[in-house]
Amino acid sequence: MSPATPRLPLRTRVAMFLRLLAVQGSWNYETMIGNGIAFAVEPALRLLPGGPRGDAYRAALARQAAYFNAHPYLAAVAVGAVARAELDGEPAARIERFRTACCGPLGSVGDRLIWAGWLPTCSLIAMGAYGLGASAPAVVLLFLGVYNAGHLALRIWGLRAGYRDGLQVARTLAAPLLRQGPAWVARLAALCAGIALPLVARGIVGPTPGRLSVVLGAALVGAAALALLHGRVEGRRLAVIGLAVFLFFEAVR
Amino acid sequence: MTGALSLLPFALLGAILGLDVVSFPQAMLSRPIVAATLGGALAGHAERGLLTGVVLELFALETLPFGASRYPEWGSASVVGGTLFAAYGGAGRGAFAFAVLAALLTASASGLSMVAHRRLIGRWAAHMRDELAGGSALAVNALQLRGLASDFVRGGAVTAAALAVFGPLERAALDAVPVGAPSSRAVLAALAVASAGAAVWRVIATTRGAPWLLVGGLLAGTGLVLAR
Repeated sequence: MSPATPRLPLRTRVAMFLRLLAVQGSWNYETMIGNGIAFAVEPALRLLPGGPRGDAYRAALARQAAYFNAHPYLAAVAVGAVARAELDGEPAARIERFRTACCGPLGSVGDRLIWAGWLPTCSLIAMGAYGLGASAPAVVLLFLGVYNAGHLALRIWGLRAGYRDGLQVARTLAAPLLRQGPAWVARLAALCAGIALPLVARGIVGPTPGRLSVVLGAALVGAAALALLHGRVEGRRLAVIGLAVFLFFEAVR
Repeated sequence: MTGALSLLPFALLGAILGLDVVSFPQAMLSRPIVAATLGGALAGHAERGLLTGVVLELFALETLPFGASRYPEWGSASVVGGTLFAAYGGAGRGAFAFAVLAALLTASASGLSMVAHRRLIGRWAAHMRDELAGGSALAVNALQLRGLASDFVRGGAVTAAALAVFGPLERAALDAVPVGAPSSRAVLAALAVASAGAAVWRVIATTRGAPWLLVGGLLAGTGLVLAR
């Protein structure tokens, strides 16, 4: 941090964090989360020379409201980094290049780490608990507790690391959590899925052994068929058709 | 379930959970396992809501919210599913299958409403282009708050409309279609677990060692089922 860079007051950091929770509040197909980034970084920009009425503030806010796209949780890294860059007085062109460059990595790492890893893992843990007979409040609290421990920690870490490293964010993106995290979380998801799916099938069907065997066998064949189709057929759409046919068959039987 | 006043608490819940899907705070309160349970609890039967939520959660594993992709909106839809099964599950004749079917259809419709909402925000942003380009904090905040408020209204409207349509439909259908509850659960379990299994496979197949962990987990999970 350069000697001139102010340490962000606690009030500013809290305001930025809370605003980050709404970073996708104005998501649209033109600027994606650009306006959300400006909204989240704005409390820090008030510290620029001239304050919120100054030219530096207006120019910085306009820059940050332009197109930006990233995973919403890892957008915290970008918000921290651009706050630092603006307060350091980095040239506008350099900040704009940085914004363009970090969209891809922050999007793809976040998608793999959270949407394809942490979220299914937490979901499968909660469904496993359901299969083991946990009550409704226990299942819900387990899911929300585990998921949000990771979610909030990632946002807090991202904001701090982004502000600490500024435009040298490559160091942050090379952190073990982001480089190796997605593969480890995928392995955890695989293990949790294996354990949870038979349990959750039993939870839905009930303990009748014959019926459960048929359900598990049909599910295995169905899963293999859907996997072989590589997403060309969605299970959800198949279910709508299957349920409609099932209900019709039951009605006319 | 069809009167405007009786729909209000469910619409409010759907609005809050619809907002959580993308706009605020993305704490996954909108996941089916949570949203359907809350809907069921509000209708007086949390456990029925949870059962609906678990089935919908298995389907939801297939449609993860990657970037700008279009996906079903599970928050409001799960409130609809959980509420319907909690309200009509006492009939015990296929209410579960109807509730899940209603939730799946609502999720698709609500996904379309999210696309329309995003286009609407885009139009608002275009109208405010000069103010945003001039660095107006007022414009940045106004766009953000408009987006949040309209998403809240969107989720509430979808929930209320779906309950207003599917509530009476489910009641009428349950009187006409005597579906056996156990067979309805078996069909749903097979469809949902197959969908989730394929979704998990697509995510983990290319990660070294993960397929073996899946197989090991399946053996352990089956063992636990047999032991219980």
